[in-house]
Amino acid sequence: MTTIEQRATQRSQSEPRRRSGKRPVWMETPGPLVQAAKAVALGISLLLVIIPFWSVLATSLADQQTINSSGGGMVMWPHGFSLNAYSAVLSGGVVTRAMVISILITAVGTFVSLATTAGLAYWLSRPGAAGAKPMLLLVLGAVLFTPGLIPSYLVVKEFQLLDNYASLILPVMVNAFNVIVMRAFFQQLPQELFESAAIDGASSATILFRLVLPLSKAVLAVIGLFYAVSYWNAFFNAMLYIQTTDKWPLALVLRTFVVNQSAIGGDQVGSGEALPPQLPMQMSILVIAILPILLVYPFLQRHFAKGVMIGAVKG
Amino acid sequence: MTSEAARVRRRPRRDKLLISLGLPGALALILFQYLPILGNVIAFQDYQPYLGITESGWVGFSNFSFLWDGNSEFLNALTNTLVLTVVQVVLVFPVPLALALLLNSLAGERLKRLMQSVLYLPHFFSWVIVVALFQQMLGNAGMLNTFLIQHDLPQFHVIGVPELFKVLLTTQAIWKDTGWGTIIFLAAISQIDQEQYEAAAVDGAGAWKRMLHITLPSLKGLFILLLILRLGNSLSVGFEQIILQQGPVGLPASEVLDTWVYNNGVIAGNWGMSAAAGLVKSVVGIALVIGANKLAHLFGERGVYEK
Repeated sequence: MTTIEQRATQRSQSEPRRRSGKRPVWMETPGPLVQAAKAVALGISLLLVIIPFWSVLATSLADQQTINSSGGGMVMWPHGFSLNAYSAVLSGGVVTRAMVISILITAVGTFVSLATTAGLAYWLSRPGAAGAKPMLLLVLGAVLFTPGLIPSYLVVKEFQLLDNYASLILPVMVNAFNVIVMRAFFQQLPQELFESAAIDGASSATILFRLVLPLSKAVLAVIGLFYAVSYWNAFFNAMLYIQTTDKWPLALVLRTFVVNQSAIGGDQVGSGEALPPQLPMQMSILVIAILPILLVYPFLQRHFAKGVMIGAVKG
Repeated sequence: MTSEAARVRRRPRRDKLLISLGLPGALALILFQYLPILGNVIAFQDYQPYLGITESGWVGFSNFSFLWDGNSEFLNALTNTLVLTVVQVVLVFPVPLALALLLNSLAGERLKRLMQSVLYLPHFFSWVIVVALFQQMLGNAGMLNTFLIQHDLPQFHVIGVPELFKVLLTTQAIWKDTGWGTIIFLAAISQIDQEQYEAAAVDGAGAWKRMLHITLPSLKGLFILLLILRLGNSLSVGFEQIILQQGPVGLPASEVLDTWVYNNGVIAGNWGMSAAAGLVKSVVGIALVIGANKLAHLFGERGVYEK
């Protein structure tokens, strides 16, 4: 935090004239050709990101007629607007169940991840805490080295966690890098505050819950969101550890029905009536997987550069 | 002084509570990051899942025989991995730097921020989503080919074509993480002293020369650092991304070391051999980081860690 604030003030001192849209006096305005080339490059890179999302959304909302008139492929503009794909996919069955499972894993996982990460970071952040130094080395080691696939699988198997939802949470519960970031944040809080509270007889738990955590809402929000996004996206561990189809989280459903293009039948979506075309249903599953990330993204974005920098500067 | 003494006396009790708050997280790291290191012993065993680690017999180094007996699957996976690493270091790695320079050259702060918001986004989507999006855009029934068919143009097949698989992987990697990769370069650029630019401009250096002689040299250390980290990971090339797309293109074009460890071990049941391959890969990875760091020191850079 301090480093970033310092840098921000440094910057505003060293370039006082550079406000929105204004160049410093010494900087020439680029020629029209250069500006045009830049505009084209930026425009293309924006479109490359936006078009796929837009097209997926449009196709998921298209009705039978629109799909047929586009030759059965993706559409850019849903002339006939229809929510049938969503109501079919969400009317029970594999997709609905997977969505509920993913929501629950994300909620529970994020909560335990935040609690354990904050607890560990707090221990490591207190000056002179017993055992903190060797533990810090252990955490740093975990940042640098990731265990191999087979040994990780064996550990999960030996703990009898195969095909258990705990296998999607416990192995990824504590991200060592997040511990380092959070510890750095705790350390730059005013330590005098905690010392005086300790002298007044506050226990370390009281200091954590009444002082440290309320002062750390920003970092808790960012790291919580990072954890939430990774639980929501989790594919690899689910593929490795979850064997029963009924226990699939959303990522595995996405792989089966969208990437591998398995047909979505009536028994998979729980609605007995005539199904909407396959493509809008597939695209609606994709939208359901994307939408929560788009919703949290603005909050994430406001903070992540800060979080990344704390880790980089102080780690 | 009395408060100091009182604090020292209180420390054991205080720390007990502190440790109990941190212990669950510490245990998770120890059990799932460090305990697996012990699991590597099955690389020296004829591991059978129903027997477990304690009952399986010891076989010495015979699981490592793929290293010297010309195992064609292993050689294929190794070749694909190395080709992908070279392609990605050459093509994927510099793209964020170029984009960061472009973003940095924008005068409007709001435009810059809008661009960043949009370009960072793909980083937050899982590979399942990215692969699905690419299929819908470039697949045989995807948007591009639908458009081409409607306008009677020749179709363009890239998904599921073994010869183009590495091109596809590289394109996907660029699409997903270029924007995110600019963060660190932009942060470094913002650290450069603005007065250097001003002085250079006064001396008649144009925008291009300023970039060439001020911005790029200032980023050299960071660039080498990132390159070293990438080289240390050169045996890991996108496990999730590849395993999702292996089906249609087949193993000869798509198998890399990580997917071979998975397919050969978890799927085919050659546990000992796969664990051996994973172990070799980890050891080589560590050696690569140390070697690349030595190289950085030779070039007079700081590298990841000091000598």
